Amino acid sequence: MIVENFKNLGASAIASSVRAGDASPSDMIRASFQRAREIGAGPDGLNIFLHSDESASMEEADEMKKRLESSPDVGVLAGVPVAIKDNIASLGLPTTCASRILAGYVSPFEATAITRLRANGALIVAKTNMDEFAMGSSTENSAYGPTRNPHDVRCVPGGSSGGSAAAVAAGITPIALGSETGGSVRQPAAFCGVVGVKPTYGRVSRYGLVAFASSLDQIGVLGRTVEDAALGLETIAGFDKLDSTSSDAKVPIYRLSALGGPAPETRSPDTEAIRLGRSPVPLAPSPGATTLRGVIIGKPKEYFPDSLDASTKDLCERAFDRFRSLGATIRNISLPRSPLAIPVYYILAPAEASSNLARFDGVRYGLRVDPGKGLKAMYEATRSQGFGPEVTRRVLLGTYVLSAGYYDAYYKKAQAVRTLITDDFRSVFASGVHAIFTPTTPTPAFQVGAISDPYEMYLNDIFTVTANLAGVPAMSVPIGRVRRLPVGGQIITAHFDEFTMFRVAYALEAALGAEAHQ
Amino acid sequence: MAVTRQDVLHIAELARLGVDNARADELTKELSAILAHMEVLSQIDTAGVPTTAGVGAEGTPLRPDVGERPVMERTLESFAPAMRDGFFIVPRLATHEDPAESGA
Repeated sequence: MIVENFKNLGASAIASSVRAGDASPSDMIRASFQRAREIGAGPDGLNIFLHSDESASMEEADEMKKRLESSPDVGVLAGVPVAIKDNIASLGLPTTCASRILAGYVSPFEATAITRLRANGALIVAKTNMDEFAMGSSTENSAYGPTRNPHDVRCVPGGSSGGSAAAVAAGITPIALGSETGGSVRQPAAFCGVVGVKPTYGRVSRYGLVAFASSLDQIGVLGRTVEDAALGLETIAGFDKLDSTSSDAKVPIYRLSALGGPAPETRSPDTEAIRLGRSPVPLAPSPGATTLRGVIIGKPKEYFPDSLDASTKDLCERAFDRFRSLGATIRNISLPRSPLAIPVYYILAPAEASSNLARFDGVRYGLRVDPGKGLKAMYEATRSQGFGPEVTRRVLLGTYVLSAGYYDAYYKKAQAVRTLITDDFRSVFASGVHAIFTPTTPTPAFQVGAISDPYEMYLNDIFTVTANLAGVPAMSVPIGRVRRLPVGGQIITAHFDEFTMFRVAYALEAALGAEAHQ
Repeated sequence: MAVTRQDVLHIAELARLGVDNARADELTKELSAILAHMEVLSQIDTAGVPTTAGVGAEGTPLRPDVGERPVMERTLESFAPAMRDGFFIVPRLATHEDPAESGA
């Protein structure tokens, strides 16, 4: 029963079944790979997986079974299959960032986020497709071909974490890791009808996340439900001495199921988790998913322009009605500098990328193309053949805005406007607003190949990129469908207030019920 | 401000990216079009506004300034394109190979 119903099961249900002995970890691995085959996750189908090894995953499951036999307390994710975006360093499976320049590269170390998942019982089943080096909004920029949206194969799944979002949407894994620099978890979550969380900058260790734009990058979680996303974030969040920008702020329990009573799962006393500094503390229980009394939700006018897709706007209005019926107060607010976020982001992110991607030079790892004409020719041949068109474009853009004569006009200016954008958020939250609600994207998923102009593609990030610039947490939750395609609503809260963000998300999910997917 | 073909070739050299003539023409148009959208920032008064290089997560603790060697489960030799005696091997500098360029 557990195995037959696998695609609909949440992570908590899987872990409970495994701990209770109703299903084995290997049952879950078999079910995950079976579902991947059914849905066509391979390169000839949806092209979700870049790397997977069923026999290695089965060996991991067998190890988990031995751990279970000695103690049922193997963690909150006991036996839960998880998919990982291919820019997060893993042992065993390659880490290529969907780029030719890292073809076949297997990391010698593991990202802290993966170590924490495994320490809590998760089983890694695959590395997922993405836009090359996370540069894109559609997963069309992968060197290994585009991923398709499970809801409509003619459409993109969003990006850059498109493979991870599609894996969750297709029922292959209940949880997947993605990464965000400008919306790369929330936008594909919206396009694929799943939940996507970008935590506060510093909440989750970036150790092992291949750097794109270091002042913006964060690892995020995709889940089928708010509960699964909360469980995933709880597991990977917290201080890590291996990331100098990691915060030592306490990590609350985000799961509603674990609040207001004894937690149903006992956290693993795994020494590795202790070494990594995890110290979750439960906050006071929330009043539950059925009320938002006393909560003030901001509706920023800049995120509801006249040009917004009418159906998307209608679904947002329905969500606001639900918030009101739950007792929340809706307040009209302004984030006046948000319209400047796309120009700011597309100066700062390429500038940081041009520096971070200098390490791919054919010397220490990855591809080397040597035409036999010396060192400089080797660099140029390696990088021009290893990087795809969008990565090349952004490296050049970043080099330009950092070069002599343009630094002040572009880079320094963008850094100052970033301060103003962040100030807007601080002012709104200081005025008493608890959460902000907006559409996640201007439109539902578009068709593969429909957008060829680079700047038009960049505009997909228009509602998500501000949270990255300001460093605040944000998540996308399904709020309905337009022409069969999912639409996401975005909840943004103050720095390190993921607790309130999840509280609002739980309430909306419960209030919409099946309407969230209709 | 429009990007010229010469600009593209210059920044491509700085970024160590080989760009052929046809691609240089395309990139000139693409980068000019993208940067045209950035001009809006020049209208914003940022006098006295501090710059933000990072969002400075609250609670980011300082640690002793002592480096630790990362734990590596595989050796450098297992993924480096070329190594010998613990050193990465790179091609010779072109100036050492070409007597005309080196002035020899």
